[in-house]
Amino acid sequence: MPEIFVLAEHRQGQIRDITYEMLTKAREIAEKANLMLTAVILGKEVKEKAKTLAEYAKKVLVVEDAKLENFNSDAYQKVLVNLMKEYKPTLTLIGHTSYGIELAPRLAAALNMPLATDCIDLALEGDTLTVTRQMYGGKVNVNATLRKAESYMVTVRQAAFTTQKPVTPLNGEIIEKPSLLTEEITTKRFIQYILPPPGGVDITAAEKLVGIGRGIKDQSNIPLIEDFAKTIGAVLACSRPIVDKGWLPNDRQVGSSGKTVKPKLYIALGISGAFQHVLGMKNSDLIIAINKDPNAPIFSFSDYGVVEDLFKIIPSLKNKIYELKGQKA
Amino acid sequence: MDIVVCVKHVPETAEAELKIDASGKGIEKSGLVFYINEWDDYALEEAVRIKEKFGGTVTAITVGAEDSDSTLRKCLARGADKAIRLTDPKFAGSDGYATAKILYSVIKNLHYDLVLTGMQAGDDGYAMVGPILAEMLGIPHTTMAKKIELEAGVAKVNRELEGGLEEQLEIKLPALISVQTGINEPCYVSIMGIRKAMQKEINVMTLADTGLSEADMGETGSWLKIEKLYVPPAEKQTEFLKGTPDEVAAKVAEILKARGFI
Ligand SMILES: Cc1cc2nc3c(=O)[nH]c(=O)nc-3n(C[C@H](O)[C@H](O)[C@H](O)COP(=O)(O)OP(=O)(O)OC[C@H]3O[C@@H](n4cnc5c(N)ncnc54)[C@H](O)[C@@H]3O)c2cc1C
Ligand SMILES: Nc1ncnc2c1ncn2[C@@H]1O[C@H](COP(=O)(O)O)[C@@H](O)[C@H]1O
Repeated sequence: MPEIFVLAEHRQGQIRDITYEMLTKAREIAEKANLMLTAVILGKEVKEKAKTLAEYAKKVLVVEDAKLENFNSDAYQKVLVNLMKEYKPTLTLIGHTSYGIELAPRLAAALNMPLATDCIDLALEGDTLTVTRQMYGGKVNVNATLRKAESYMVTVRQAAFTTQKPVTPLNGEIIEKPSLLTEEITTKRFIQYILPPPGGVDITAAEKLVGIGRGIKDQSNIPLIEDFAKTIGAVLACSRPIVDKGWLPNDRQVGSSGKTVKPKLYIALGISGAFQHVLGMKNSDLIIAINKDPNAPIFSFSDYGVVEDLFKIIPSLKNKIYELKGQKA
Repeated sequence: MDIVVCVKHVPETAEAELKIDASGKGIEKSGLVFYINEWDDYALEEAVRIKEKFGGTVTAITVGAEDSDSTLRKCLARGADKAIRLTDPKFAGSDGYATAKILYSVIKNLHYDLVLTGMQAGDDGYAMVGPILAEMLGIPHTTMAKKIELEAGVAKVNRELEGGLEEQLEIKLPALISVQTGINEPCYVSIMGIRKAMQKEINVMTLADTGLSEADMGETGSWLKIEKLYVPPAEKQTEFLKGTPDEVAAKVAEILKARGFI
């Protein structure tokens, strides 16, 4: 029976959410196209983990090897090339994560297998694979088809699919496979994890956040926004470019490579709303966005939108708030 | 330390109004301002800093139309020694895979200790050209680099994971590293620098110089075929507040008050 492979992603003993998100989508595709749903897990001691995966898959391939202790795309590629040549999965799903980005394109090239990256949706009809992905920082969606092939690979964006546990566990058969790794991988070697330096401000604990993005234009404009934030007792947060420029420390960054926040109020100022940012704040209770571009993606995630130059709104808004508080500006 | 940096000339779209073109498969490019892909700006800066420390050369290379010269000039002004532009009508419609093949056809003939790319291009966002190129060149690679330290024969790289976590790796040289934003602080180029760079030559190559066949590139040589572009559907019902800035500010203040934030 032809199959779908889902590569489980795990770190330091934890299976990562993207794995279950992919297994959920893969289950739907497998049912429609009558494919075997197979989870694949590589690691040092991962048999226990395979049991959890078996609830979500009809089959689990487990490859254990001390050389697979820490993620190493070169080691993964060697193992997966063999497995994929043996099983010839019709479709392989890998997360579009720091691991998938490192692994998938090179693996696809090595196998000469068409790959679509960072997909937010996919459908297999007959032997045609159609995907949906984004371009231009999320301003445009694209439907694309992959070049006809026996096997396809797709990397899947985080949080594109919502995990749903099967109503009854699928009790997938767990099959151990040898890694066939004979030597240590010497091209690339894991050294250590580096934790973010302890931050001074915990934006995840704040009830109200004012997030600033590249639209604030210059570091010298930050005090103006800070003043405004103070009027409502909000803490200042930001998008990644503000940290990259060194305008705010990295403990203020919201998004996939920063913090995930869920305040009661998030005011986004001059933030375009790229997916990596939105991932970190879209579950805030109330979202208000001010952006001069009516087509900024941030509006799609906001309760209230203001299409205007933020520098025309903020001073006036500050005054209005003082008025409502019965204080003088 | 000879370094090749792959740079792409892309439209600035964060602030621009985008229009899907008549074919429905692309955007209207006229009126857009093009510049060096944000990630490649960091890659170039990293290359120049490494060169300053260890000596050697930096070669900037791009696959793009003639107007990509402004991006290459910027690279030359910032310290690149050589620039190569690969231009051919047949390259049009190439995805990341086909682009990697084109870059490979030229880079394989250059001397390099390090190949740097951006981790992704801001327009297509494939995040694939670097690792595919590394596979073709048969050299180790790593992606999402936030720090690169060179030691004898190896690069120690801090790569970004999520939520501020990083991992440190060691890879053998020659290698390909794709860099993430924030790895350094790109310098601004002076007008003088640009002027000086105008005198440097840009080496232009076409399909004939690549040794590839037409079938390797464009849509036929690609993995992905674009069918349709469209505006993403909104996830939330957004209420847009309209009026003069003062009126809008008053409305926002009322909402904040009604919700108990004031
Ligand atoms: C692996 C990876 C991880 C990432 N992680 C994160 C992350 O954790 N967090 C994050 O934020 N990003 C992250 N990014 C970057 C992300 O893709 C975007 O590049 C970034 O979020 C854009 O920031 P921005 O919205 O501030 O800037 P831009 O996209 O440049 O948007 C600026 C916005 O300001 C508006 N504007 C300009 N002037 C004004 C004005 N006067 N008044 C009102 N509006 C104005 C513009 O219309 C535009 O919409 C990551 C990217 C990658 C590849
Ligand atoms: N047309 C191109 N010319 C030169 N380099 C490119 C081109 N397209 C992509 N790259 C390089 O590959 C990186 C990743 O691009 P992508 O895989 O398209 O997201 C970019 O940051 C560039 O360094």
